[in-house]
Amino acid sequence: MFYRENGQFKTTYKSDQQIFAVKQDRIAIIALIAFAFIGVPLLADEYLFRAILVPFLILALAAIGVNILVGYCGQISLGSGAFMAVGAYMAYNVFMRVEDMPLIVALLSGGFFAMLAGIIFGIPSLRVKGLYLAVATLAAQFFFDWLFVRVRWFTLDSPAGTAEVSNLSVFGWQIATPMDKYLFVLGFVVVFALLAKNLVRGPIGREWMAIRDMDVAASVIGIRPMYAKLTAFAVSSFIIGVAGALWAFVHLGSWEPLSFDINRSFQLLFIVIIGGLGSIMGCFFGAAFIVITPIVLNQLLPWIGSLFGVEISTSMVGHAEFMIFGALIVWFLIKEPHGLAKYWSMARHKLRLWPFPH
Amino acid sequence: MGFFLETIIAGLMNGVLYSLVALGFVLIFKASGVFNFAQGAMVLFAALAMARFAEWLPEWLGFESLLLANVLAFAIAAFLMLIFAWAVERFVLRHLVNQEGVVLLMATLGITFFIDGFGQTIFGSDIYAIDLGLPAEPIFILEGLFPGGLLINQDDLVTALMAMAMVALLTLFFQKTGTGRALRAVADDHQAAQSVGIPLGRMWVIVWFMAGLTALVAGMIWGEKMGVQFALTFVALKALPVIILGGLTSVPGAIVAGLIIGVSEQLAEVYIGPMVGGGIQIWFAYVLAMVVLLFRPQGLFGEKIIDRV
Repeated sequence: MFYRENGQFKTTYKSDQQIFAVKQDRIAIIALIAFAFIGVPLLADEYLFRAILVPFLILALAAIGVNILVGYCGQISLGSGAFMAVGAYMAYNVFMRVEDMPLIVALLSGGFFAMLAGIIFGIPSLRVKGLYLAVATLAAQFFFDWLFVRVRWFTLDSPAGTAEVSNLSVFGWQIATPMDKYLFVLGFVVVFALLAKNLVRGPIGREWMAIRDMDVAASVIGIRPMYAKLTAFAVSSFIIGVAGALWAFVHLGSWEPLSFDINRSFQLLFIVIIGGLGSIMGCFFGAAFIVITPIVLNQLLPWIGSLFGVEISTSMVGHAEFMIFGALIVWFLIKEPHGLAKYWSMARHKLRLWPFPH
Repeated sequence: MGFFLETIIAGLMNGVLYSLVALGFVLIFKASGVFNFAQGAMVLFAALAMARFAEWLPEWLGFESLLLANVLAFAIAAFLMLIFAWAVERFVLRHLVNQEGVVLLMATLGITFFIDGFGQTIFGSDIYAIDLGLPAEPIFILEGLFPGGLLINQDDLVTALMAMAMVALLTLFFQKTGTGRALRAVADDHQAAQSVGIPLGRMWVIVWFMAGLTALVAGMIWGEKMGVQFALTFVALKALPVIILGGLTSVPGAIVAGLIIGVSEQLAEVYIGPMVGGGIQIWFAYVLAMVVLLFRPQGLFGEKIIDRV
């Protein structure tokens, strides 16, 4: 009864083509963004910012990039960790080597170099498809793992490939406290999510989806596969690179190539699949799931153990976390292969009919 | 020249071991269409089972013979892999029939996490040793041709022979037995095989069990070389370029590609490595496979990918 469109007439093309066509949706999303910018800083404590909200936002941003490549364009890529690393290390180089480089320009240039890397390692996608491409992108992953350790230039000649930044500030606003970091990252995420959503709604997004669904047919009707696939790799790597730079600068502060290894790639792929392939909203759901589940398991398992009077050692908790995480992923994939975004769209569908059952 | 030959021989022996792990991947992909990322975790689990049981059995049953302990531990580990194969088919594969490749891949990643935690919970997370009683001293061959002869590790030689025997047994099984024929039918076309009366579920259990056996043999061999520890799961990552070079659906491809990757990896590390700072084995294999894929997108021996519109 609340979520109805009757009475909302569109009289211009512009109003018909907006992202949130239903007025209730618009109110909801503006309320959500206002809550994120104003409400959360008032309510959350430092631990919540540092350990949950900032990683959640940055991983959601990276997942948007991965989703564009895997979900919208259908190219399975296991090299996302490497592109995050490229973004992080190149942003570091630009930030440290150039005098008085503004922080935002440095982060975006990290994304730019990640985009170049993405285009180069995306060239195999023109010949190679499916699972072969997934393993070919692992070449990117391992190559960059090696590059940032061995080639000293990238880390300003530090011994083990470690890098460190401090003293971040934007237009005089010092980004020091966890709340500052949260707001800074939130700004990036809102802007990039909006850009990504508009991209995938537009002609280039439709080209990507055509390539995903049946690339031979797409090329027959006139979509250039090279252009579509390489732009998907480019846009996706840019976003992943910016997310990597944010992860390094804002979340970690000091990092090494191991922060961006193959486990990170798997984690991003998990987020995208659990959140829902081909859905920007799904990236946020997936990121929330992946960030919160280990923390919940970490607190829950010793508590359950104490209920039964059994003392569980920390290593046992670690192994049990692995087991439960793996079992949850498999269960989730069996239950809903289209991810959490599907549950969300089902909920909205039911909401339109509420209070009627059908 | 002698050093060059030694490098090649070492590469060939490594390559045989990579082929063994890659075989597990190819078997599962051929028969159930699943790219089994859990192969590495299976290697670790099987090796852990064998190492711990070889340790526990002499204590529980009170005998001394190393050979008997190893044989019994191998049998028990193989049985555990059978139970694992049955559990995977019953709880995972059956419910994910007909899903996209990415979803199945993620499911096997979930299985990987589960097996990692489960194996280390039951068997412990220290480094364990597998002692197969292999001779440890290296031997020198061809002393007439090269001064000092070529250095070959005896245990490398024995393990390479074991791996080749395993591959030969698998090939015989596939070509000569009824079950092997049924597995090949399932690999060709699931629906057609089902319509002829081949029980798909049972075939999947069998093929995952065979992949588990190859994982056990691979785990036994690698475990003897480097100790049974968590790093064993990364052996599977080394086998991935072997599969894509050889083609995901080809058993001889896995073997040939394994040898190629083994040799080229060693040669690259020895001759190109010092120029760029060393440590290039891991990505060299992948880049080599990727370059070959650019010319043959289906791998050297894989089925040609035919796109229908």
